[in-house]
Amino acid sequence: MNVIVCGKVIPASSVTIEIDPNTKRMVRKGVTHELDPAAASAVEEGLRLTEKHGGTVVLITMGISDVTIGIRNALAMGATSAVHILDDAVAGSDTLGTAKLLAAAIKKQPFDLVICATESSDSYSGIVPGQIAHLLGVPPVTFAKEITIDGNNITIKRQSESGYDIVESTLPALVAVSSGINEPRYPQLKGIMAAKKKEIKVYTAADLGLATDQVGEKGAREKVLTIGRPPKRQAGKVITDEGEGGKQIADFLAEIKVI
Amino acid sequence: MADAIWVYAELNDERFTPTTLEMLTKAAEVGKAEAVLLGPAPGNAEQTLANYGASKIYRSADQVYRDYLTLPAAETVAGLIQQHNPAVMLFASSYTGRDIVANLSARLDCGAISDVGDFVLKDGSVEATIPALGASYQNTSTLVSQGTKLLLVRPKSFEPKVNEQPVSVEEIQAPSDIALQKVHMKERVVVKREGPQLDGAKTIISGGRGLKGEENFAMLKELADVLGGAVGATRAAVDAGWVPYAMQIGQTGKTVKPDLYFACGISGAVQHLSGMKTSKFIVSINKDAEAPIFQYSDFGVVGDVFKVVPQLVEEIKKRKGA
Repeated sequence: MNVIVCGKVIPASSVTIEIDPNTKRMVRKGVTHELDPAAASAVEEGLRLTEKHGGTVVLITMGISDVTIGIRNALAMGATSAVHILDDAVAGSDTLGTAKLLAAAIKKQPFDLVICATESSDSYSGIVPGQIAHLLGVPPVTFAKEITIDGNNITIKRQSESGYDIVESTLPALVAVSSGINEPRYPQLKGIMAAKKKEIKVYTAADLGLATDQVGEKGAREKVLTIGRPPKRQAGKVITDEGEGGKQIADFLAEIKVI
Repeated sequence: MADAIWVYAELNDERFTPTTLEMLTKAAEVGKAEAVLLGPAPGNAEQTLANYGASKIYRSADQVYRDYLTLPAAETVAGLIQQHNPAVMLFASSYTGRDIVANLSARLDCGAISDVGDFVLKDGSVEATIPALGASYQNTSTLVSQGTKLLLVRPKSFEPKVNEQPVSVEEIQAPSDIALQKVHMKERVVVKREGPQLDGAKTIISGGRGLKGEENFAMLKELADVLGGAVGATRAAVDAGWVPYAMQIGQTGKTVKPDLYFACGISGAVQHLSGMKTSKFIVSINKDAEAPIFQYSDFGVVGDVFKVVPQLVEEIKKRKGA
């Protein structure tokens, strides 16, 4: 089974995100990056499925050269190889531009299953997987919290408002996995060493047959007009418990007339 | 003529989702509210939509929309959009809403804006406000594509108000193309939840990583019981398997807006804050004085949650008894 995982490498959780006032984009150059935990879960799911059913896992990502560290991490976890869409012209892509690039890169090789995270941990739009599915012409099987593959059939437990749904489809398909579907493995030394020799193919937008006015900032349908810190909520009183903390909360609740 | 603002009406357990009614209210304020309602629905469904401001409903009760996910609904809505060209179409940031918008935005090559908290129309273009999320920046965005602007709206962004309109219903045809029946909804499993539900709760007591284990949620339940509230949790607590996903509050869980929110052993990760920070009053208890949650709290206690909460429960009981 040929599995492709689309995953993002994002500024590490320890990084304080800054915005470039000119481009209105997150400053990504020069900051520490890591494989998005959501993407790590997608990689993990691909590895588990191919360990069971055989096959390969190819990670596809897009981003500046700083993201290589996250690609190596996925390879060290066990992904077979990786594809990196690396091109200044793709900077500023909106969700649809991103989906077009990823779909074009996916089409470069045979695939049975595309696995995406439901949403990235740095921009949360949550619609790129469904856009890719449409562009590839495969069924979107989303919000999966458990995946079972049987021959050509895929069955998932899909998160719902009141529990979960059992949803069936057929391969090739795109599945978006929800957070907590698994606990991603930590790369072992052997995997880290092996990752150094694994192939990372690099594509530009032109390699993928996309003109620069279809992707990147020029091709973006969504334009950011303003960006800034929201008005901060007025912080209230903070006390240190010296044995009366619970009672002091009760006083506060009385003050706001809850008790 | 007023701009037509469409709303994709979504049902859950035979009732419209609160976000559907919130969006309709907003749509009727901004322009001419119209709804698209697909799949089986209770008999009073159309009247309910009219009660919240819909003046026209595009309707098909075909079961194909219930039995097959995304593709039939997206096909129908794409056809309707091309035919009628509404200024804006609103979808809830729900499982269904996101799937349909993803499909439509690629199919119509028009893009979409996610996580919208508010919007205005200006000369046929839309300006959407996206409340601060992961990166804690708030932005306003527009769509430069021609035609209908697709917006995914965050729950609880607008106050639902009854505003009854005379309504006309246009019956539409469901697509019969078998190629659209690729994602089959085989079974819906309802996971029973005990105690009061988070949706609509006036008081919510939430626990995070600091609770240290499943068994300690009983302590929060006690506090919830004396205050008449419901218990929630962070993603960390859910991912650890201590409590079910239905209790998760935050970016990938529920968005709540109670009168009183208790954050117990919760540091205040942006993902959690985005789901609860519009609560009227926030009280937090955390052992780390530097925890970001304190910046959002009306009352914070730096201390041991296992001492403070039981003392609080006793104190409330005592005062209520008095």
